[in-house]
Amino acid sequence: MRKIVLVGSPNVGKSVLFNALTKKYVTVSNYPGTTVEVSRGKAKIGEAEYQIIDTPGMYSLLPITEEERVARRILLEEKPDLVIHVIDAKNLERMLPLTIQLLESGFPTILVLNIMDEAEKEGIIINKNLLEKELGIPVVGAVSITGEGIEELKNRIISFPQKTRDYEGFISYSLKDEIENIESILTSSYPISKWMVALLLLQEDEEIRKMVEEREKNNFPYISQIVEKVRSRYVNPLSYEVALQRQHKVREIVEKVVKVKEAKVTFQEILSRLTMNPLTGFPIFLLIIYLLYEFVGVFGAQISVDFLEKTIFGQYINPFVTKLVTSLIPWKIVQDLFVHEYGIITLGMRYAVAIILPIVATFFIAFSIIEDTGYLPRLAMLIDRMFKKIGLNGRAVIPIVLGFGCDTMAVMVTRTLETKRERIIASFLLALAIPCSAQLGVILALLSGNAPLFAIWAGVIASIFVLIGYLSSKIMPGEKPIFYMEVPPLRLPKISNVLTKTYTRVEWYLKEVFPLFIMASVLIWIGKVTRLFDLLVRLMGYPVQWIGLPKDSAVAFLFGFFRRDFGAAGLFDLKRSGVLTGVPLLVAVITMTLFIPCIAQFSMTVKERGLKTALLMAGFIFPFAFLIGGIVNLILTTLGVSL
Amino acid sequence: MTLSDRAEEILEALWIELVEEKKEICRVSILKDDEAIKNLVRLGYIEIKSPQNQIQLTKKGEAEARSCVRRHRLAERLLVDILDCKKKLVHETSCKFEHFLHKGLDDNICTLLGHPRTCPHGKPIPEGPCCKDAKRKPEKLIMPLTELEINRKARISYLQTQERNVVLQKLIAMGALPMTEITLLQRFPSYVFQVGKSKFAVDRELASCIYVRVI
Ligand SMILES: Nc1nc2c(ncn2[C@@H]2O[C@H](COP(=O)(O)OP(=O)(O)O)[C@@H](O)[C@H]2O)c(=O)[nH]1
Ligand SMILES: [Zn+2]
Ligand SMILES: [Zn+2]
Ligand SMILES: [Zn+2]
Repeated sequence: MRKIVLVGSPNVGKSVLFNALTKKYVTVSNYPGTTVEVSRGKAKIGEAEYQIIDTPGMYSLLPITEEERVARRILLEEKPDLVIHVIDAKNLERMLPLTIQLLESGFPTILVLNIMDEAEKEGIIINKNLLEKELGIPVVGAVSITGEGIEELKNRIISFPQKTRDYEGFISYSLKDEIENIESILTSSYPISKWMVALLLLQEDEEIRKMVEEREKNNFPYISQIVEKVRSRYVNPLSYEVALQRQHKVREIVEKVVKVKEAKVTFQEILSRLTMNPLTGFPIFLLIIYLLYEFVGVFGAQISVDFLEKTIFGQYINPFVTKLVTSLIPWKIVQDLFVHEYGIITLGMRYAVAIILPIVATFFIAFSIIEDTGYLPRLAMLIDRMFKKIGLNGRAVIPIVLGFGCDTMAVMVTRTLETKRERIIASFLLALAIPCSAQLGVILALLSGNAPLFAIWAGVIASIFVLIGYLSSKIMPGEKPIFYMEVPPLRLPKISNVLTKTYTRVEWYLKEVFPLFIMASVLIWIGKVTRLFDLLVRLMGYPVQWIGLPKDSAVAFLFGFFRRDFGAAGLFDLKRSGVLTGVPLLVAVITMTLFIPCIAQFSMTVKERGLKTALLMAGFIFPFAFLIGGIVNLILTTLGVSL
Repeated sequence: MTLSDRAEEILEALWIELVEEKKEICRVSILKDDEAIKNLVRLGYIEIKSPQNQIQLTKKGEAEARSCVRRHRLAERLLVDILDCKKKLVHETSCKFEHFLHKGLDDNICTLLGHPRTCPHGKPIPEGPCCKDAKRKPEKLIMPLTELEINRKARISYLQTQERNVVLQKLIAMGALPMTEITLLQRFPSYVFQVGKSKFAVDRELASCIYVRVI
């Protein structure tokens, strides 16, 4: 089957285009040995079947991030029959350098000028025919979200010429002689042109250097000598010299093919400025938080949960299932597995479907909307200075905000942070001080109607987030983070995009959560039958009582091991029955928020950060949560505060 | 009274050894009957102490020497950033060049370059009066992006390439290359600039590596 690889910078619409081309049979998997995801799909174009591969975002063939390394490795290893370079038509000048690098490498390439709609709005007119002539490859304009240009792209794929020209010397580098010199010494065969191999060698590309060292055993010392000699002649790194000279050519091409009319300042642009100006940006941020609270905290966590819990489960499912099970199964022990206090259906399913699902689903809808508008990079730039104080950079807002939805998913997303140091600090803070939406929803419901309780809770958790973040940034060795982020235009969210994103997240979540909840019910049942459960509850009772909580709350903490939200939901039951109020309620909620990460998050931390780091974190967090709970309890009871 | 090229070179070498590197003993080899040395002694720039023929800079000599080093390093910056000179040639050329940069002229070049802090080899450039003035009233031709007026159109002159290589790669990925038009949109809480139709938010560290010239 012929292979097509989609490449391009982040956020140019590769995934949208990929979905438009493939429709079916998509598999997403981690690229071997990395944590970067790569999607593969099949498509029938004309009469032929193609395999289509969507790559992570890349800016240049000289990689700096993990994503770029993976994208390049795909290009080198998959031997694509065709490469589709997707670019943002608004930014030809910035994106054409990669097109040229692809051509210099000898890849058969089609250029897709995507997001033409926005380019037109900004008054940018591109002469596609002239660009085709300049580059010597097919150029297709597209608006992938509406499907415009997809048919033309398919036709161009079908009619793609078998032979392509040679792009050696397309750019007249000042290094030309040296490149040719090295090229002539390379005897082995390479997945890209020798010209490009030589060019990358000169730019100190480690991976290519190793590749050449392996293949040119005899000549390698001589080649290194040439490279060294050239390098010593320049003050600037050669990668910079090469980029400059390539940019020069790109500028020439752009001047010929692009015309820009002065465009009006749009409403979007004004709104965009307002979100970034600190004077208006922070109020806008608070407004968004407020709307988020109304949607997730009130609509999701109160109205929907109430309805599902009290009405659907309380009045219909639970009585019905209980009756059914008790009439079918005569043994109480077996009945307990499915119904009664801790049954799979009456407890596990009820928690998962009635309490957790509505909260998480509303959060993911809201998050997908925010994500699709392009607001997150704006938040990142507003908050970068503050995050630097805790050893992170603005980019970390994405995993941290996502953590308020689901910490487990957020830990997975920390892989997008650049340095190991930031990934560890972020995972640690997620485990310690970021309550996930389900837990948060339950906590809000628990503390609702009692403003002082809520204020103290929020104050304690926020101070711990800042304090522990600050301390870990002092202790952790490693490079200081650098912040840079593209700020995309503000866009109206596309319903279909939001739905797809929400759907994938909720599906992921349910796959993650359901088995755990059911497993928890089964384990509790086994524990009950073997009396192990009572023992554990009694053991857990000690630390719980030390911090001034009633013994019964030990059960909720035990649940907390399975999932944080499960534990919080347990507290909810206690509050409703009047066991927990006032100071003990506050202490319980604080301890539960900080409490050890649930099994799901813990195993994700192990997977992403390694067992040792994960154990160290858990070993700190468990006693720390109780310590803080104890301190709060001590202070409030000594002061004689009653809440 | 102007010094010979050779005399300036000696002062420079002495300053680097004695002042910048704080060495006790100077390793600059001299011939006692060298014309240039004799001249420097006569002008009161250096002293030769017995018993071991130790050379020392006088107060007056130190100021003169500092100014020579400043001109040498400014010349290097000029050659590399503006005239795009190759490394091998930089030292020789700038040694000739510096002698043209006589007092006063060096401040003009310094201003043109935006009062750079280091030479292309990463060595500090001694400050001149212009640099001190500039801290009070920022009126320069070339300046780091951090000092550019908001919404003022500018063109990138050069990037501070001695910074960490990752920083340079990031700037290249953003398309922030010399000759490119750039506008600073805001500087707090982060620096936001526009290149072409793309906007980027960066921190101070990155923004101060981009040197721009107002157009
Ligand atoms: N206006 C407009 N937006 C687009 C177009 N193509 C993609 N987008 C949006 O650009 C964003 C990034 O798209 P995505 O496919 O995730 O980019 P990728 O990172 O390259 O895979 C999404 O919000 C899309 O809705 C287009 O042709 N026009
Ligand atoms: Zn000199
Ligand atoms: Zn130097
Ligand atoms: Zn100056």
